[in-house]
Amino acid sequence: MSDQSLPADRRPWILLSPALVFITALVVVPMAFILVYSFYENIDLAQDVPAFQFGNWQELLTDSYYRTAIWKTLRLSLIVTGLAAVLGYIPAYVIAMTRYRHKWLLLLLLIIPFWISFIIRTLSWIHIFGNQGALNGLLGLLGLTEAPLSIMYTEFTVIVGFIHVFLPYMILNIYVSLEGIDQNLEPAARTLGATPWQAFREVTLPLSLPGLAAGCLLVFVLTGGSYVTPLILGGPSDFLFGNLVYDAVVTELNWPMGATLSFALLLFLGSVVVLYSKLMGMDQLSKAFGR
Amino acid sequence: MARVELVNIRKSFGALKAVHGADAVFEEGSFTTLLGPSGCGKTTILRMISGLESPTSGDIFIGERRINDVPVHKRNLGLVFQNYALFPHRTIGENIAFGLKYRNISPSDMAQKVKDALDIVRLPKVQDRYPSQLSGGQQQRIALARAIVIEPDVLLLDEPLSALDANLREDMRVELKAIQDRIGVTSIFVTHDQSEALAMSDKIIVMSAGRIEQIGTPEEVYNTPATAFVAGFLGASNMLPARVLGRDASHILLETPEFGQTAVALARAAALGTNRGATLSTGDKALLMIRAEKLTLGPAGGDAPQAVVENVDYQGQLARYFLRIGETRLQAINMIDAAPFLAGQTVSLTLNPNACSALPEDTSA
Repeated sequence: MSDQSLPADRRPWILLSPALVFITALVVVPMAFILVYSFYENIDLAQDVPAFQFGNWQELLTDSYYRTAIWKTLRLSLIVTGLAAVLGYIPAYVIAMTRYRHKWLLLLLLIIPFWISFIIRTLSWIHIFGNQGALNGLLGLLGLTEAPLSIMYTEFTVIVGFIHVFLPYMILNIYVSLEGIDQNLEPAARTLGATPWQAFREVTLPLSLPGLAAGCLLVFVLTGGSYVTPLILGGPSDFLFGNLVYDAVVTELNWPMGATLSFALLLFLGSVVVLYSKLMGMDQLSKAFGR
Repeated sequence: MARVELVNIRKSFGALKAVHGADAVFEEGSFTTLLGPSGCGKTTILRMISGLESPTSGDIFIGERRINDVPVHKRNLGLVFQNYALFPHRTIGENIAFGLKYRNISPSDMAQKVKDALDIVRLPKVQDRYPSQLSGGQQQRIALARAIVIEPDVLLLDEPLSALDANLREDMRVELKAIQDRIGVTSIFVTHDQSEALAMSDKIIVMSAGRIEQIGTPEEVYNTPATAFVAGFLGASNMLPARVLGRDASHILLETPEFGQTAVALARAAALGTNRGATLSTGDKALLMIRAEKLTLGPAGGDAPQAVVENVDYQGQLARYFLRIGETRLQAINMIDAAPFLAGQTVSLTLNPNACSALPEDTSA
């Protein structure tokens, strides 16, 4: 590559330029505005004074409330990611390995939920877990419970809601990497003496790690950045960092603080992504597929 | 090392019958080829021996043991795939050692065995590389090393040369056969390539549409094909509709409009019991099979049948002629003496009756 002439070296940049222009105009510049806003001072509801002061950042770093929120976000995101990885691997494996001729139908089933608004899908859990919901109705009908169980508005329902919404991302990521694995590798391992489980563990699982890792990262970041699911399905204490941003901007009309919190969340999730790809050695894994 | 025997093996995938009752014996230490066009059931048979498919009915024996219900990982077989199927996330050394891990072998023995296997396939220095860093031919040698290092009872080869380019394929063919001779493992080779089958095999099993058409040595299946399918699949041949005029102990007399009466030797085919032509009797419809290289062209004139050269496929020392006698089209492959015959020329045809076969009329087509 290095010995190519200069015009050829520029070509990637020319091809990238439309995307770069859009990203700059629609992401980088607005983010810069938000960063500037985080130094402004909020004197009253929706009343901001342009300034360059670190009051908002100081509040963020000193008030333990924010640290609790970070911790809650981290914890919940890890739980959701872990559960989604386990729950997502199985259907991904089944879809990838099936000899069923209409595989596209199974994939379509994964995509169909995206046609329904994410809010509607989240709200639907109220009809399942609520006091008048399907689950309590069934338990009552079977005479298993005297009074309806209070399931709604807990951390449990928030986790269920997240998994419901983000699982397809996990499944599709794992599916794509499983689909790329040569179908003869497991049989090859089997003929060499590996049991079905050993063949899976030694061959298929390691080769699907890039997809699993990508799915985990995606679900982690999506969970860590969301606020709607806890708002709809969670109780008063089930808030994520995103909810603080929402509160600051929408409820308190304190945009400078909202900007500070947004930026802090961006830095937090951004550093997770960077750290993660370093630790997972994604480039190392991709080397195994270099052909 | 062991002998393999198939007893009335059948395999259906739903309504599709892939193998209709196959019986075959693969002698200990022999190299047997399952030859046929794609979809003839040869790979299905191989996969049933390996255990990756289970037969719908029938028995498979390796040595004295019936292995129908033995799971794949306990069969001790080496399987080499067409696309190599090396583990891309493991080094070459780890790939070869993969099967040894399940066999209670000490680490030092394992290292020695890996080294020996790499020496056998003549790639001693690639142990620490990854499969993607090797060429296709090298990858296939590693796949072979991985299969033989476990000292399998049977070595199964599923079109191992098909993914290689033509020159490399011939080299690998020679090398594969040499390795098999050296280690003496019972080998079952699946291919659709007749020249691979003829060059490498002790015995060839020709298959078509899920049935075994003929089992024999390369010379037997080439020289005395049992069916029209075998005659057509191996080599270039002409098949002329004929009528049986009569027979005696050693010959069968066929009549064709093109060549008149031809006495075809039966002896060898009948003795083998493989030539279904041996069952023909007077008055039957039959086919006269003439190998393209046994049909000799000469200058026009004389008593011999006259044909017109329609096309010439010049191949250097050989020429392939497309001929016409009346409405019948024939092909002939002849050495070129001085200059090839030319398209449009009339030639006389001579055939050597000893190189012809009598076949029952093809009922499958």
